[in-house]
Amino acid sequence: MGRLIWGLTGLLLSHSALAAEYNMPVGVTEISREVHGLHMLIFGVCCAIGIVVFGVMIYSIFAHRKSVHPKPADFHESIKVEIAWTVAPFVILIAMAIPAAGTLIKMEDSSDSEITIKVTGYQWKWHYEYLNEGVSFFSSLHEDSNRARQLNSGINPADVPNYLLAVDNELVLPVGKRIRFLLTSNDVIHAWWMPAFAIKKDAVPGYINDLWTKIDEPGIYRGQCAELCGRDHGFMPIVVRAVQPEVYEQWIAKRGGKIAGAEEAVAQAVVAAAAPVAVVASELATLSKSELMAEGEKVYKNYCSACHQADGSGMAAANFPALTGSAVANGPVDTHIDRVLKGRNAMAAFAYLQDREIAAVVTYERNALGNAAGDLVQPADVAARRGL
Amino acid sequence: MSTKTAGYFVPAPSAWPFYLTVGLFLMVQGIASYLNGHGGSVLTWIGLAVVLALVWVWMGGVIKESETGQYNDQVDMTYRWGMSWFIFSEVMFFAAFFGALFYARQLSLPWLGGAGDEVMTNALLWPQFENVWPTNGPSALGGEFEIIPPWGVPFLNTLLLLTSGVTLTFAHHALRENKPRKVVVAWMWATVALGATFLYFQAAEYAEAYGHLNLTLESGIYGSTFFMLTGFHGMHVTLGTIMLIVITFRLMKGHFKPDSHFGFEGVAWYWHFVDVVWLGLFVFVYIV
Amino acid sequence: MSEHHDHHDHGPEPGIMRWIKTTNHKDLGTLYLWFAFIMFFIGGVMSLIIRLELFQPGLQWVNPEFFNSMTTMHALIMIFGGVMPAFTGLANWMIPMMVGASDLALPRVNNWGFWILPFAFALLLSTLFMDGGAPAGGWTMYPPLVLQTGDAFPFLIFAVHLMGISSITGAINVIVTILNMRAPGMTLLKMPLFAWSWLITAYLLIATMPVLAGAVTMLLTDKYFGTSFFSAAGGGDPVMFQHVFWFFGHPEVYILILPAFGIVSTIIPTFARKTLFGYDSMVYAMASIAFLSFIVWAHHMFTVGMPLAGELFFMFATMLIAVPTGVKVFNWIATMWRGSMTFETPMLFALGFVFLFTLGGFSGLMLAIAPADFQYHDSYFVVAHFHYVLVPGAVFSIIAAMYYWLPKWTGHMYNESLGKLHFWLSAISINVTFFPQHFSGLAGMPRRIPDYAVQFTDWNVLSSIGAFAFFVAQFIMVYNWIANCVMKKGDVASARVWEGAHGLEWTVPSPAPYHTFEVPPRISEEEITAVHDQPLPAH
Ligand code: HEA
Ligand code: HEA
Ligand code: HEC
Ligand code: CUA
Ligand SMILES: [Cu+2]
Repeated sequence: MGRLIWGLTGLLLSHSALAAEYNMPVGVTEISREVHGLHMLIFGVCCAIGIVVFGVMIYSIFAHRKSVHPKPADFHESIKVEIAWTVAPFVILIAMAIPAAGTLIKMEDSSDSEITIKVTGYQWKWHYEYLNEGVSFFSSLHEDSNRARQLNSGINPADVPNYLLAVDNELVLPVGKRIRFLLTSNDVIHAWWMPAFAIKKDAVPGYINDLWTKIDEPGIYRGQCAELCGRDHGFMPIVVRAVQPEVYEQWIAKRGGKIAGAEEAVAQAVVAAAAPVAVVASELATLSKSELMAEGEKVYKNYCSACHQADGSGMAAANFPALTGSAVANGPVDTHIDRVLKGRNAMAAFAYLQDREIAAVVTYERNALGNAAGDLVQPADVAARRGL
Repeated sequence: MSTKTAGYFVPAPSAWPFYLTVGLFLMVQGIASYLNGHGGSVLTWIGLAVVLALVWVWMGGVIKESETGQYNDQVDMTYRWGMSWFIFSEVMFFAAFFGALFYARQLSLPWLGGAGDEVMTNALLWPQFENVWPTNGPSALGGEFEIIPPWGVPFLNTLLLLTSGVTLTFAHHALRENKPRKVVVAWMWATVALGATFLYFQAAEYAEAYGHLNLTLESGIYGSTFFMLTGFHGMHVTLGTIMLIVITFRLMKGHFKPDSHFGFEGVAWYWHFVDVVWLGLFVFVYIV
Repeated sequence: MSEHHDHHDHGPEPGIMRWIKTTNHKDLGTLYLWFAFIMFFIGGVMSLIIRLELFQPGLQWVNPEFFNSMTTMHALIMIFGGVMPAFTGLANWMIPMMVGASDLALPRVNNWGFWILPFAFALLLSTLFMDGGAPAGGWTMYPPLVLQTGDAFPFLIFAVHLMGISSITGAINVIVTILNMRAPGMTLLKMPLFAWSWLITAYLLIATMPVLAGAVTMLLTDKYFGTSFFSAAGGGDPVMFQHVFWFFGHPEVYILILPAFGIVSTIIPTFARKTLFGYDSMVYAMASIAFLSFIVWAHHMFTVGMPLAGELFFMFATMLIAVPTGVKVFNWIATMWRGSMTFETPMLFALGFVFLFTLGGFSGLMLAIAPADFQYHDSYFVVAHFHYVLVPGAVFSIIAAMYYWLPKWTGHMYNESLGKLHFWLSAISINVTFFPQHFSGLAGMPRRIPDYAVQFTDWNVLSSIGAFAFFVAQFIMVYNWIANCVMKKGDVASARVWEGAHGLEWTVPSPAPYHTFEVPPRISEEEITAVHDQPLPAH
């Protein structure tokens, strides 16, 4: 509660370090600073009008109460006054509309981008695809937060770093470059919101919206999905790690992508996307059991345990079968892979996971959770079942 | 039963509206559980029967009040205003569907086809899609289909409805000029016949669409707007025809006076409204 | 006015059938108000569940899905079950009395309009017990999300249809009564402002409720009959729903506030003992607001990716609404200016309204600035905005109206000290509830989430405390009204009730007789509240 009092006092000192707790962030882009300026401007104008209007009203309440002003005056119209208080607000509004329009026009101009990223909303995670660099991945709520946010988890959110604002895979972006985001969705409407860049736009299934930014300072920036998208709407955060361009290039390279020349950017994107589902270079290498089991456990926690539970016991009440001792998880491998690739009934298809991830999770399910089928599944096995 | 004082007509307490609501409630319960795949058709029919019975009883009551001279000029005016605003609300209901049609044709389809700022929508999501009306969308929902050419049956239907507006007006004039009832009734039956013929053609057209053209509700945005607009219009024509028939029977029983016949006029307004909606449909759904 | 007292041909019927069969505007007004009251209570309990879960970060009480159902149902119940029926109830009671009519123009239709409501809300509330839970897609029902609703879906749609029928019939009744049933001498521009505000509201209702009906019908056919209005695959667009919805939705928010303007414009002159300032401009302002309300809808959709020209247009049009609304606020203050004010409970709530509604208006104006709205949108800043205009706005006006007119209806006064206590507790706690939400919103807390990042904790703690305090404070009011007015323990009220009150409704005895005007009353010049060229006679 102490911080609260600070917050209220801090209202007057608009740039105090606590501002982030009660005011719009100034942010780290030119646009975000402009938007913050606009926000403070309208806020100031409203305060000023408020002081005048409420001032007069409060004065009247005291001065014209019956006990001190027993005889009411008798006036009830004045064209002049009426015109004055119609025109004055109008002028004030125009004065606010002009800078607002300027900023808006700037925000909507997404030309000349150097990097284009396709952002797809899923219930309830984000998928990022660097269109020219050939890198793509999902980004979901970090598992620590995920564990803590379960009903009566017994974990104190304050003990979880960046509770609800941390993800497994951050979106890495270079500073100083114009970045364009192409937003869409796989299911329902989501909205991609990054307060520090002052950008927010809806991800609408079947349509592409665009958005751009140019980050000035390296850092980690956090945001959340901002359109109600169902049960876990509150649990699909957005984390951007802004780094120097060199670091970004290294990161892309490590991810198996390559940096395309800026001018090819859009043209390539169009071509790449028009081609049937570009299978992103997934590593078809053979993995050891421990590698598979380690990665499998992660995938399982992220995608499967919501229904089948961390220990594989399922949820009988909701018809989510137990995997422990399940005929599929202990039977022929192909059936198992297919179930994950294609889903069935209430279980969605997970074909969008990479071969490696599916191989890992299937291996994990067969050799953990109380099962001991003993066999390993390799990415190539999964690749072979795709499209069957 | 009712009070008629010097100034105001105040109806006696009445349970009709309550029972009507119960009927509606049962009906929508039935439809909802049917849609959920839990049966419910019995409930729907019971509800519908109650609704129809109550409309019959309520309207019958109003007719009786009217014919026993309980209504004064103010009540007449009340009904006029009431009917006008009711028709306005109907206009707005259709406006929602026309709005959907215009929005799809002027905005969403061009965007899907890559117009304006939406190059990427087309390039990334629907590269094979070209915006040509009529369309069932980028995924060609419902499969290939043909549309009903405007200058055949739909044009005939336009003529039918326009003519029915004229015959109805003749009936009205005949009533106002106190011509023999037979004349009024004859014009009315002509109007009813035109309305019924319209409905027959409309039904035949639907059969053709479903049977031969593969044009269905599921044919993407074209099928959706086509059937929803013409379908709701058709429902209104059906209702209008029934009301015309009721009015005709009332005329035959000697109801209405040359200078006081709001029941007639109200239905006539409704019929003209339905007529105008059709013109909108003919132009924007069939022709353009 | 003794000529009204005699012949009561038919008083109320005995027993339950009185309420089922009644065509009397006062009975139906009472039913509407009781109904609204119950719905306010249910909606309030749902908001407490929301605030309980948001009291602390982490999930302690409910599942996310149920939380979303609570948000959705809370809003639908408060708006369609609380505020709208309450205003209709007040219109039922007051408009015939104000314009000198015997009853509403179409009394049986009026009965129908009321009785639809309990059934519609029975449908809606029954979804709480269905497979897949109650609707959880937000009160705005955006597809495709809302199409994921389980068995509740058709019930939601049909409930909305029924509410629409009820609103339209109620609106037609009000319009026709005002246009056709005014007593001789009561010209439109002499009509009490409450009647004017309702005339315009009714127009908005008739123009927009059918559009909502159309929108939800398209949802229904998209889900069950294979149409593709809102699916890109078939050439439709999910965003199209939002346009149709907000074409209804924005006028709807003025439907929720115009009658409040009417109430406040009635109460302030009474307690300032001074004629309303700028009657004509008040009427024109409401008409302009109504007109503008049809061309601003997409300010709810700045982030959907509209073309720039659209964003600019909707931003400018929205900002314009501040002008006529400002005129209203200034006129109220000018009415108070050099008046002779006393601060009975209705006046306190009316003044609370002027302060806090204006505050909500200011945040509305901030939201109208599109580039800034990209930051505000779908954050708690929006939640703070609309609760300021809805709770200390619309709900305060309803409470003010009840305190103001209940003595006229029942013939007994409420307890003034309890009334004042209720006001101060409400005014303080409502600010504790909603003011912090501006801060959490600006700091980045999205709306419609059951759990939040820890830095928002302080504001949410405050907000939850305020919400519980506000809820509890309402029981003072309930006790005050029931014990003193309804059970008739309070002081006997005079016909005029308030020293400064003017208008036809104050010329009849308190409690008002079952049938007020069976013949059109003769209106004396001084009872017309609208314009007074002479100083008011002392009563
Ligand atoms: C009673 C209901 C009510 C009322 C009256 C208003 C009034 C206004 N509203 Fe509000 N609004 C809602 C209910 C209401 N709103 C609801 C329910 C939502 C959210 C819906 C949802 O998403 O669930 C919403 C959301 C909403 C948004 C969308 C936010 C978003 O989702 O991103 C916007 C954006 O423009 C907005 C703007 C306004 C404006 C400009 C007014 C104006 O009418 C306010 C005008 C008043 C004043 C400005 C104060 C008085 C004026 C003066 C003293 C004169 C001088 C002043 C100046 C010149 C500044 N509202
Ligand atoms: C009129 C409308 C109305 C009213 C009154 C309220 C009242 C309250 N609202 Fe609500 N609210 C909405 C409309 C309303 N709200 C809407 C539209 C949304 C958005 C939903 C969405 O996102 O889809 C929302 C969402 C919403 C949220 C955000 C949820 C989320 O985003 O997940 C929260 C959270 O705190 C909240 C809290 C409250 C609280 C604590 C009250 C308290 O004020 C409640 C206490 C009130 C009472 C107990 C009633 C008192 C009145 C009387 C007693 C009058 C008596 C009258 C007669 C006799 C006739 N509301
Ligand atoms: C939305 C809940 C949900 C999620 C998330 C989910 N499943 Fe399932 N799963 C189900 C349901 C329901 C079934 C039963 C399907 C059926 O047969 O009708 C099932 C069945 C299975 C089966 C077959 C079990 C048997 O004995 O029939 C396997 C194996 C399986 N899931 C693996 C996975 C894997 C691997 C993941 C994560 C990548 C996963 N599931 C995520 C709901 C889910
Ligand atoms: Cu995704 Cu909200
Ligand atoms: Cu609005």
